[in-house]
Amino acid sequence: MKRKIGFRLNGKAVSVDTDDDRLLLWVLRTDLALTGTKYGCGEGICGACTVMVAGSAVRSCKVRLSSLEGKELVTIEGLAPAKAGNGTGANDGTGSPLHPLQQAFIDHGAFQCGYCTSGMLMTAAAFLRDNPKPARVAIESHMAHNLCRCGAHQRIVNAIEAVALNSASNP
Amino acid sequence: MKSSLGLDRRSFFERVGGGIVVLVTGGPTAALAQQGQRLYPEDFNAYLAIAETGRVTVFSGKIEMGQGVLTSQAQMVAEELGVDLSAIDMVLGDTDRCPWDMGTFGSMTSRVFGQALRAAAAKAKVVLTSLAARELGVPASKLQVNKGIVSVVGEPQRSVSFAGLSKGARITGFVSGDAALRTPEEFSVIGVSAQRLDAIPKVTGAAKYTADLSLPGMLFARILRPPVHGAVLLKADVSAAQRQAGVTLVQRDDLLAVLHADPQAAARALAAIDAQWQLPAPGTAAVLDPESIFAHIALQSGVAKELVNRGNLGAARAEANSAVPGSPQRLMESTYQKGYVAHAALETHAALAQWKDGRMTVWASTQTPFPTRGRIAKALGLDGSQVRVITPLLGGGFGGKSADGQAMEAARLAQITAQPVQVAWTREEEFFNDTFDPACVVKIASALDPGGKIGLWDYSVFAAGERAATPCYELPNTHIRSSGRPSYGDQEAGTSVHPFAVGAWRGPGANMNVFAIESQIDLMASAAGVDPLAFRLGNTSDRRMHRVLDAVASAFGWTAAARPGSRAGGHGYGLACVIDAGTYVATMAEVDVEPATGKVRVLRMACAQDMGIVINPEGAKMQIEGGLAMGLGYTLSEELRFRGGEILDRNFDSYQIPRIGSVPSIQAVLVPNNELVPQGGGEPAITTTGAVIANALFDATGVRFFRLPLLPERVSLALRSHWSKPGFPLIG
Repeated sequence: MKRKIGFRLNGKAVSVDTDDDRLLLWVLRTDLALTGTKYGCGEGICGACTVMVAGSAVRSCKVRLSSLEGKELVTIEGLAPAKAGNGTGANDGTGSPLHPLQQAFIDHGAFQCGYCTSGMLMTAAAFLRDNPKPARVAIESHMAHNLCRCGAHQRIVNAIEAVALNSASNP
Repeated sequence: MKSSLGLDRRSFFERVGGGIVVLVTGGPTAALAQQGQRLYPEDFNAYLAIAETGRVTVFSGKIEMGQGVLTSQAQMVAEELGVDLSAIDMVLGDTDRCPWDMGTFGSMTSRVFGQALRAAAAKAKVVLTSLAARELGVPASKLQVNKGIVSVVGEPQRSVSFAGLSKGARITGFVSGDAALRTPEEFSVIGVSAQRLDAIPKVTGAAKYTADLSLPGMLFARILRPPVHGAVLLKADVSAAQRQAGVTLVQRDDLLAVLHADPQAAARALAAIDAQWQLPAPGTAAVLDPESIFAHIALQSGVAKELVNRGNLGAARAEANSAVPGSPQRLMESTYQKGYVAHAALETHAALAQWKDGRMTVWASTQTPFPTRGRIAKALGLDGSQVRVITPLLGGGFGGKSADGQAMEAARLAQITAQPVQVAWTREEEFFNDTFDPACVVKIASALDPGGKIGLWDYSVFAAGERAATPCYELPNTHIRSSGRPSYGDQEAGTSVHPFAVGAWRGPGANMNVFAIESQIDLMASAAGVDPLAFRLGNTSDRRMHRVLDAVASAFGWTAAARPGSRAGGHGYGLACVIDAGTYVATMAEVDVEPATGKVRVLRMACAQDMGIVINPEGAKMQIEGGLAMGLGYTLSEELRFRGGEILDRNFDSYQIPRIGSVPSIQAVLVPNNELVPQGGGEPAITTTGAVIANALFDATGVRFFRLPLLPERVSLALRSHWSKPGFPLIG
């Protein structure tokens, strides 16, 4: 059914007038031109399409737009601290500060092709929100549901652990 | 003069831009021709251009798929040209702007193209220095270059920048002949870990992969696929699909596609097509499965190509046959097997095609932009100059993005509909259309001589190919044959042997050959009662191999075992080594096996690699770690399930790739060797994975595994049957 669905996207109110059974992943990538969220498997298995809805990690390939009504949505483009003057909060990567996880992924070389990276970062960000001081094994078991094919596995865990340890030492 | 693009120089320069364009003629290209094929066009090439802003644009036909060549190529140019890394912009895989290139595979970017690129940058520096000499009125020999500034030695205030030299200029420098490359002692950019140039875009979501691109009026296409390879479409009722609003239907020859501005709507239209298929006739091929495939391959692989035939094999065999049964001089015969493996890059194949003003432009996730341009031109009846292929970032390739069916599909649909068309395969299509790493078989007969060295080596590989089939040991009586080698780059390759397409997969052939060779070496060490490390060191005098073996043993903390397999406490250590793509690799692993379930847990790995001059050390380590992590897939869990031409694994639920938590700590050690130009980096390490784990499992259990992957059910079955024999203590 075509209707207007309103929600907050990367800190800004948006409203999309479309069929409400469309999947969030495709609305983001087409209507909203936010392509940082990736298609990987279409079944919620690989985690490449992970976004944050109301602070929780969600697989956008399995979520209908209608479920977003009134919710707070953050995509990879909105993970870094917001900067002024960009309607969608889209981060073009020039000059704006990075989220600590984004910086840690760079510092630890936690990606190669980068295709799984958005989903890894969004999953990790939601996880650390709820578990600010996780043990390494807890990070591993939580991140086991996001797939990486290039083999950055240990570096992804290293990066997340570094952010957790740093925030633990600076509460 | 016409370039290979079919463009005259004027339009060529318009594309490349103003400032100083450095063209290279002759030089390293002829020497670097691969397998008799020319690497670069015979007339001229632009490798780099220096704009009036001082920014340097580097053009390379190589593509970035995660392996880091965006950065390492820029490092090579920065080093040889004398500019900051941050002054460089890279243009990769654009057939209108970059020098011709056969494709990005075979770990060749640094060791083959990189040398040409370094030479081009060094020559460019010569051109710029001579321009500066004229400008400053001093001989070129009195000038030095640093950070894009040419200055008089001893008088730093007398200087001119590259930007200043190219101001208002439309200078083209033609250079031929040799220019001296900088030496390792002089390096300040090569050999220093650089932050990836694609780092920030990749962590912010700004990085553009093919499916992220869009054009006004773009349609998303979904294509009807057969349920089984070899099925033929009898008829299709498309009326329900056509009734859906906004659907464009294309039915042309073998191509049936529905297109829509919304990808989900295109998928709905596809689902509404009622298609009837004629399945392939029942017969041998239709009943092939992961178990019966090996006998089929050995039968169908055809005439063997002889790779090595040395010494007196007959005499060695007779001697081995007459040795005391159970003695290490007795003939040991083994058959090794490995199933089909998917590439499973996280990014599926994608292409965007635009047909405009008689030119076809295709953005494609491809490892082979130039060959793909040729195939598209041929398929559409166009001249090569009418087709441009542009390669955005790839979300992984691993050899799987070379056949490029999706680029062809997008181009055909764009031409037919006269609208921009995106084709992005679903995960199910990705599995169905993959050019899999072939199932393959290796048979080995080997024996030790009375001195404890390898005296006989009789080796036959079926369907894997010959890469790394020749061991790195000194073998006196040796016969090595290969048959059924897939011919890579051709999607139809191997159809007589395989029930679906096969192709190159990261370290093609070498993964299987190293698994077989290094397993057999371990068996022989065990028979001789010699520690596997000592046995390997004793059978080669190659100093580079000794160095990597020593380096990994020291990093890993190897403790010699008097008799491999003797520990058999469910916990063990393994070793494997190889020379591949000019690089020496030695890997060690520690594993743990749970006898009840057969589940193998890899606790840690270490890998030492001598790859000559290293451009980006951290990037090189990431390739080692990434290779070994990926290799754990074909070693422990990945084996495509199929029935004839029906692909049963269609997504990551049943096809299990290595996950965070199951990939262990991997320590990568670079063994310095600045005596040698850069060697391969993307593939060598992965090829050791199968053997290093199988050897560790042997050490842990006393049981030798001859087939990959080491699925838990196979491991537990083998352990139960082995340990039920008298004389073997039960463990766990």
